[in-house]
Amino acid sequence: MEAMSPLERILRGIALTLVVIFFMFPIVWILLMSFQTNETILRIPPSVVFTPTLDNYAALITGKLQTAAGTLDIAFMRNLGNSVFLSVVSVAVALLLGVPAAYAFARHKFRGSEDIAFTLLSFRFAPPLLVLLPLTQYFQWLGLSNTYFGLIWVYQLICLPLILWIVRGYFEDISADVEYAYRIAGHSWFATFRKIALPLAGPGIAAAGLLAFIFAWNNFVFALVLASADKQPVTVGALAFVTASGIQYGQIAAAIVLSITPTLALALYAQRYLVEGLSLGAVKG
Amino acid sequence: MTTLQLKNIVKRYKSQTVLDDLSLDVADGERLVLFGPSGAGKTVLLRLVAGVIDPDEGRVLIGGEDMTEVDAEHRGVGMAFQNFALFPHMSAFDNIASALTARRFSKEAIAAGVEKVAKLLKIDHVLTHHPKALSNGQKQRTALARALVGSPPLLLLDDPLRNVDAKLRFEMRLELPRLLAAQGATVIYVTQDYKEAMALGDRIAVMFEGQLRQIGTPADIYDTPAELEIARLFGDPTINLLDVVPQRGPDGAFAELSGVRLRLPGFGPEIVGKACVLGIRPESIVFSEASATGAIPVRVEAETPLNEKTVTLTLTARGREVLVSRPAGTPGPATGPAHLAVNSRAALLFDKESGRLMRPSEPASKRNGEAA
Repeated sequence: MEAMSPLERILRGIALTLVVIFFMFPIVWILLMSFQTNETILRIPPSVVFTPTLDNYAALITGKLQTAAGTLDIAFMRNLGNSVFLSVVSVAVALLLGVPAAYAFARHKFRGSEDIAFTLLSFRFAPPLLVLLPLTQYFQWLGLSNTYFGLIWVYQLICLPLILWIVRGYFEDISADVEYAYRIAGHSWFATFRKIALPLAGPGIAAAGLLAFIFAWNNFVFALVLASADKQPVTVGALAFVTASGIQYGQIAAAIVLSITPTLALALYAQRYLVEGLSLGAVKG
Repeated sequence: MTTLQLKNIVKRYKSQTVLDDLSLDVADGERLVLFGPSGAGKTVLLRLVAGVIDPDEGRVLIGGEDMTEVDAEHRGVGMAFQNFALFPHMSAFDNIASALTARRFSKEAIAAGVEKVAKLLKIDHVLTHHPKALSNGQKQRTALARALVGSPPLLLLDDPLRNVDAKLRFEMRLELPRLLAAQGATVIYVTQDYKEAMALGDRIAVMFEGQLRQIGTPADIYDTPAELEIARLFGDPTINLLDVVPQRGPDGAFAELSGVRLRLPGFGPEIVGKACVLGIRPESIVFSEASATGAIPVRVEAETPLNEKTVTLTLTARGREVLVSRPAGTPGPATGPAHLAVNSRAALLFDKESGRLMRPSEPASKRNGEAA
């Protein structure tokens, strides 16, 4: 980096601090809220000085919410479990279907291949509500509403196009010659796919899987409409804190903190895949 | 060793015809060089033989067996790619071994095979490295080792020296014939470098625009290029090409160069008045005395010494450039006016319109006898 004058360094520091505060403030505030009672949260003016309490977390984990109107059962831990289950299985299914499809679209230009690939992508353009109304009806006829199977199926609308299009690009970046060389060395196309294409596209597949997981995790509207309480993920489950006796800000904050923790941890862990050299100097010097 | 036959191969990409009804026979144990400018379809042809792309029409026969529908992994050929195409996530050892693992050899047999070929190619000390830790030369040798290790009867080398530096290319040009001879395989070698083609090929197949334009020994191609374009590509310095219109003389046809008549031995009246291109190799021209018969007056423009030869650029009275090449150390004018004598028997006459070589109407044997 070029040497900077002191003034430049100070200005740069201020600019960076502003950006960080702007983006980090909501997260920090949520974190602070999750350790407060509703009374301290709703104080005017708000203050960062308070006596921290773990009641919110305790309520979430035990599933018993004490309100002015009495004790309320909440299914937060179950919602969290649902979120994990739905997201993990959806991404797994999408990877299983999407990666081979992406490979096919990348390597074989057949009649209509571009159209099919684009149609799959266009699922992402439509507002979810557009598909939801007919889907609700279909699902009732098919007996799929309020089932994990049905939800995971619908979640493919989120995960599959994402994985297909990201991974396809990674496969296209692999020099065809590298795969040809493996074929000529005497290996079948399937061995070539497993031993050459998959490892070389590995970072891309990891990135796509991670993104798909976060999108699935954050989904709200599909689960809201198609699932009832016992199948709902945390995004929908958090609504339970809007109770008859008021909004439980403390619990909502704690629920949010708990629900972003897995995706945050995953993102931090997978970071190295995202930055890892992608082509690894495959071709030419 | 094996034979290769290509029969009426056609390959199109969209509306573009890349290989146009191409047929080729390669004999058992032959080293055939496929030579042509980029875009001629050499690489496509090689991949077609390897089986990684399919022809639209025509058959590929390896060892007499129709392999057109056979997948690449069952054709038993070895191939080295121009861009090396090493597997970036595998060590050099595993790269080379990949040609053996498919055949279910024992671990020991694989290790022994890889060691042997690595030693031969002098890369046995870098076998644990990944491709990104290899120098260009080592990458190229690793790619070559991978092609050689399974001792394939048919070896396809796609311009393997293209992406290595000049020094290494020169070394490998000397080393490759020995290596390939030891391998005992039938070899198809693709290159854009005419020197490589001349050095490595038993025969050279010259390819333009998806067609084979001439097949012959290196000497054939150099001495009697079938087309202007081939004449231009083979030879350094480039052949002198002069537009001429032959005229009728008392003893056969002649061309006039700066007012001096150059006899065209063997050619009859059929070429008189026809627009032609006269091709004269720079080494077929010598500096001569002004008094010598047929001496063409020129002015020396520049002299370029190139290790073993000296190339002189001269201008004729009409301002046409003529290159003269002579062995280094032999006397010649460095500047000023001079005279040239042309060995008319070494001159090539091309039809300007079609670009094709025109053969003398008299039989070649007589002409050769005359030359001797």
